[in-house]
Amino acid sequence: MMDQDEHHTGHSRRHVLECMVWAGTGVLWTVNGGVPQSRLLGGTAHAAETGAFSFLQISDSHIGFAKDPNLDTPGTLREAMALVGQRKHEAALLIHTGDVSQLSKEAQFDTADQIIREAGLQTHYVPGEHDVLVDDGKGFFARFTPGAPRGWYSFDQQGVHFIALNNVQDLKAGGLGSLGPDQLEWLKRDLADRAASTPIVVFAHVPLWTVSAEWGWGTQDAEEALSYLRRFGSVTVLNGHIHQVMQKVEGTLAFHTARSTAFPQPAPGTAASPGPIKDLPPGKLRGMLGIAAITRVQTATPLAIVDTPLGA
Amino acid sequence: MRIILRHAAIGAVLLLAVDAAAADRPANEVTVTIDNFAFTPATITVDAGTHVTWTNRDDIPHTIVDAAEPRAFKSPPLDTGESFDHTFGSAGTFRYFCSLHPHMLGTIIVR
Repeated sequence: MMDQDEHHTGHSRRHVLECMVWAGTGVLWTVNGGVPQSRLLGGTAHAAETGAFSFLQISDSHIGFAKDPNLDTPGTLREAMALVGQRKHEAALLIHTGDVSQLSKEAQFDTADQIIREAGLQTHYVPGEHDVLVDDGKGFFARFTPGAPRGWYSFDQQGVHFIALNNVQDLKAGGLGSLGPDQLEWLKRDLADRAASTPIVVFAHVPLWTVSAEWGWGTQDAEEALSYLRRFGSVTVLNGHIHQVMQKVEGTLAFHTARSTAFPQPAPGTAASPGPIKDLPPGKLRGMLGIAAITRVQTATPLAIVDTPLGA
Repeated sequence: MRIILRHAAIGAVLLLAVDAAAADRPANEVTVTIDNFAFTPATITVDAGTHVTWTNRDDIPHTIVDAAEPRAFKSPPLDTGESFDHTFGSAGTFRYFCSLHPHMLGTIIVR
């Protein structure tokens, strides 16, 4: 996945990954010939290729959380947005993959909204479970997904079809994240007439692949959703929730989770619970927070050809 | 804090009612804690009329929600240190979970 870095910088994969952690910046994603690739985002990152389509992802800002290891979540969100601002000229949009707030409070939503708005970048949100704690999430939907009162929607941007999903409501005892039959039916219809060559980006809060069943890091009915997506040549699935970068490639589906802007969580099985990592050494917090950038490269590789059938 | 006070007030009224009906037997009080994304103890057996209090000791909010529908009890989100209580008036097995983290399960068996 890091081949491009190696070619451009001569760094080994290990060295690049170490730099990424140390710099605390994030990952640049390239959807190249249908295969997403990650690379360093930060001081040594190279300029975007001509004709590339980029967008940015932030996640899990948890405004309202003020305990170890982060007493200032608005401050770290501002730092994340400063990174977003540096890439603003090459990014078409920003997505936030949920847990904007800690406790679904209007003041928490408002603080996040104000900080994120300052970048002046079109922003698309999905809810996290922390955002729908009261009144069935109406406060979140009214502010962050106007026109999508249940938190799922789709849109097109420069030939890429974006699908925002809500997998944090009506969860069942003993289960994982859930999309539910209404949303699955909507998704099926949304995809029905699309050409298989259309690049798809799906974003939702809880991972759509099971990272850890024991910690509830997965989505109960994700397989049904993925079954509608498998015929497409390039599907990039972006999630948050687990406050760390994890990746998986399964055929034409590439899964990626983003860092939080608030606090890190442990890798599955390495701690008693998925709660915040509290005992970070001094100065180490920012290395575990960050943002992600995703780029679709349209040059230097075979062009993506979008065929559109006249009828279904 | 408002949550605790409101439910404490309801609890006090219920306790008075129980005391009036069975003055010779004090109402039972049971505590369940939430630590590390788990209810402890996960399963408890209590007498009818027992007043159960859950306290969240995690850094992340949790809820206590009856798994059956219609739900007999459903707490608001409990931040660190906040509590919720419910009095189990009649016999039965009540399974509950955290609606944010549905892998967190608990059971109250009321005799």
